[in-house]
Amino acid sequence: MSAVVSLRDVHKSFGAVEVLKGVTFDVGPGEVTAVIGASGSGKSTALRCVNALETINSGEITVCGHKIHDPALDRRALRRDVGIVFQSYNLFPHLTVEQNIMLAPRSVKKLSKSDARALAHEVLEKVGLADKAESYPEQLSGGQAQRVAIARSLAMKPKLMLFDEVTSALDPQLTGEVLRVMEDLARGGMSMVLVTHEMAFARRVANKVVFMHKGKVQEEGPGAMLENPQSQELRAFLSNGL
Amino acid sequence: MMPLNLAQFEYLAHGALWTVGLSLIAFVGGSVLGFIVALGRISTNRLIRLAAATWIQIIQGTPLLVLLFLLYFGIAILGFDKLPAIISAGAALTVYSSAFLAEIWRGCLQSVPKTQWEAADCLGLNRFQRMFQVILPQALKIATPPTVGFLVQIIKNTSLASVIGFIELAQAGKVVNNAIFEPLPIFLIVACFYFAMCFPLSMWSRSLERKLHVGSR
Repeated sequence: MSAVVSLRDVHKSFGAVEVLKGVTFDVGPGEVTAVIGASGSGKSTALRCVNALETINSGEITVCGHKIHDPALDRRALRRDVGIVFQSYNLFPHLTVEQNIMLAPRSVKKLSKSDARALAHEVLEKVGLADKAESYPEQLSGGQAQRVAIARSLAMKPKLMLFDEVTSALDPQLTGEVLRVMEDLARGGMSMVLVTHEMAFARRVANKVVFMHKGKVQEEGPGAMLENPQSQELRAFLSNGL
Repeated sequence: MMPLNLAQFEYLAHGALWTVGLSLIAFVGGSVLGFIVALGRISTNRLIRLAAATWIQIIQGTPLLVLLFLLYFGIAILGFDKLPAIISAGAALTVYSSAFLAEIWRGCLQSVPKTQWEAADCLGLNRFQRMFQVILPQALKIATPPTVGFLVQIIKNTSLASVIGFIELAQAGKVVNNAIFEPLPIFLIVACFYFAMCFPLSMWSRSLERKLHVGSR
């Protein structure tokens, strides 16, 4: 079975600083991969490279059959297959929750207004916020805003979902409601890559954990790897980080 | 004691009407041109960015008075027929406003967080959709108070059109003064007309600013 995401020896520099120093890993279809590591280990950059938000210097990235490293990449086709959720939600403040979700299906997929609205309510139901359709983002709690952001991505029916530290700005209580939504998604068979600091969640939900250290994949394995770290670096990270 | 007769007062009022008209021409023309220049300033194309920046620098570095002379007398010297004063004045004020509005709006467009572009991009919206459905509606809210504020500048600057003989409010004052030589009452009335046009706009701009701050809190 071919991988949904595959990184091969990916290098990325910002100016003189090399952030990714040859990153290689795969994500299988229907798999949940958690990328963990200290701040500055390159995990968020790696995720941004997967979605072509950063241009890589060398190496190869293939995502749902799209060659990200290819200058002739069809970005819009890639966007149809990949959804991403950010730490800062990035909802559109001038639109209601429902309009936030309807925007892309209407503009990009040319859905009719009524179809888009039905779709918005379907995905809002999924994240447990059907009653917030008419609210504006500023009226939502952080946890609700993040669930709306997830719903907005889901409305485009992506084959792969990327999550970039989506709970890092939330307090523990709100973190729980967002993680529950993500766990439901994972159970539903969605391919997911998440950059996270939630070790318990990674252990329980992820099929694979990738530990990054100083721009490289230091260790990778099943969630159980976190209970029995092989490398000195992962041991140190797990004992310091939590 | 009222030194002006009714006809002279009406003449001033008529001039005030032309001030409003010229302001509208400058504002509408300047908005259209200024919007295009503002988009040019944030273009991904380096040459377009440079061209837009050059336009703004040249216009902002030139007195409006000189622009007026150029577009009125300058064109005649180049061998073209002299344009009617209203056209020259409208064109000069349009060009002048475009540079300032472009710079105001560029700032507003850029003050919308970059993450909004990114989120819209990641949802598959193309550049045009991102600009018109995500960025512009947010920038518009930010842009309204300074834009209304600049409208006040335009109104006051139309008085310079008097130097090319266009009979707006200031020139009308001059004409009446030449007839009866009562500069103090005449130009007090002229000042009152300007104030009556500008003050409500200034107040509006301030109240918009206040509302905006409440909204973003």
